[in-house]
Amino acid sequence: MMIYDALIAPFSEFEFMRRALAAVIALALGGAPIGVFLMLRRMSLVGDAMAHAILPGAAIGFLLSGLNLFAMTTGGLIAGFTVAILAGAVARATGLKEDASLATFYLVSLALGVTIVSIKGTNIDLLHVLFGNILAMDDPTLLVIAVNATITLVALAVIFRPLVIESVDPMFLRTVSRAGAPAHLAFLALVVINLVNGFQALGTLLAVGLMILPAGIARFWSRDITGMICIAVASAVVSGYAGLVLSFQSRVPSGPAIILVAAALYVGSVLFGSVGGLFRQLFPGRHLEA
Amino acid sequence: MRRFCPWLVGLLVVASASPLRAQDRLQDRINVVASFSILGDFVRNVGGERVGVTTLVGPNGDVHVYTPAPMDAKKVADAKLLVINGLGLEGWLPRLVQSAGSKATIVTATLGIAPIKIDAAPDPHAWQSVLNAKIYVANIRDALMAADPADAAVFRANAQSYLKELDGLDREVREAVAKIPDGRRKVISTHDAFGYLALAYGIEFIAPLGVSTESEASARDIAAIISQIKSLKIPAVFLENISDPRLIRRIAAETGTRIGGTLYSDSLTAENGDAPTYIDMVRHNIRTLSRALAN
Repeated sequence: MMIYDALIAPFSEFEFMRRALAAVIALALGGAPIGVFLMLRRMSLVGDAMAHAILPGAAIGFLLSGLNLFAMTTGGLIAGFTVAILAGAVARATGLKEDASLATFYLVSLALGVTIVSIKGTNIDLLHVLFGNILAMDDPTLLVIAVNATITLVALAVIFRPLVIESVDPMFLRTVSRAGAPAHLAFLALVVINLVNGFQALGTLLAVGLMILPAGIARFWSRDITGMICIAVASAVVSGYAGLVLSFQSRVPSGPAIILVAAALYVGSVLFGSVGGLFRQLFPGRHLEA
Repeated sequence: MRRFCPWLVGLLVVASASPLRAQDRLQDRINVVASFSILGDFVRNVGGERVGVTTLVGPNGDVHVYTPAPMDAKKVADAKLLVINGLGLEGWLPRLVQSAGSKATIVTATLGIAPIKIDAAPDPHAWQSVLNAKIYVANIRDALMAADPADAAVFRANAQSYLKELDGLDREVREAVAKIPDGRRKVISTHDAFGYLALAYGIEFIAPLGVSTESEASARDIAAIISQIKSLKIPAVFLENISDPRLIRRIAAETGTRIGGTLYSDSLTAENGDAPTYIDMVRHNIRTLSRALAN
């Protein structure tokens, strides 16, 4: 009965908790696989950079139609896509590395955003308006998140092979196929979609956390990509659920609670993970000696 | 503007009869500084053309956390009368008066009002009851008469007609509240400024449990508010301080309550807003409450 009260009652009693859980599961399904690929491609910090790139789009949306969530989200998506695609294209066409070109474009984008906002002469915190709250999932937001997660999964299934090969051996892919570039751009687009998605739900830049932390966890438990993706999704779902429960039972705001649970899982994985965990390295299992 | 009419007409007659004298009189108007917009409105109504009113905290400003500017020190230094609310509302004022070297007489408009206590400290928002507002007006009238005996008759007449309007307003509020069914006279509100309104007119303002307005709400906070609304059967929520409107909509949807509107507590709005004068403010608040609480 105590366990029921602690773990299930919050969700059976309150609709907003059920909605939050649904949102978190949708986010985990879409975001965690993206996170795994980001990690494998050494682009873990790209998410953070992209988050800043979204600002000018939101600002233009705000200029055109005021504090309209839809306009600001669409603007954010467009700005994110533009920066992602420009950065990707420059990196492909020239010798500049992807991280450098992305840094350039996101800083330009951020500067434009700040300029646009200040021209309008308001000190409203745009990002605050753009960001939602996991506890305030209304029908449209929930639908948008679910649709985005579906798009992400389908698109990932389509570009899965070139994406995997490119992640581990880009030279090989270039010799056998020309699918590398489109797959890469599609992937960047998916990153943007999932970021905006995460903002809607988690309310802060912590959105990036639900993408990256599960990927980091998965790295310590599996060697192949399929296994990593499964573990990442599972740990994201668990973090989401446990974070909501934690936020319900204590006073921790929900967004940070979810990320903190994921962080605890990450620390556990670093210590005890079966693939390269610290304890495994210090005390290798007996079966390895035989 | 309606209430200005009778004496405005009178003043015009005087002015047209002796233009020179009227100009002299405009120049020897007494300078009155009011600490915030609602007091300014009272002074303007009582003083009419015979006083020049400036307010330190203008429309839409927060009088609780106001930081005086150098301009304010100058205003205070030039003032003959300084009208304040008292009851601990203008904590920043004594230092301002001292540093401005002002010789103004300080008028405490709440003099004679028995304050409600919140944890031993008096609740300063006494003007939310119209009956208290009448005491404010009487205090201001007496102070103006003492400062400018020559115009005492004008102030007395102005105050009388304004007090009559306030009586009407008080009746209006009581009628509006009477129309709200008994069990529905309660709202959840993050405002802590309506103690006097609650006491005078019998509308219960219940603070939401455990909501800190600054930080992000946790799932526990939201669940507590929802349970509270359900168990007390509260018909409407006024949760302006929660920053995310979607969160308020979620709470309302889950509890079947109505989302109230904006209640003005500490300041009037600009001329084109909902509450440019005290009377407009009270009317706006009671209309908003009635609409939210009606069946």
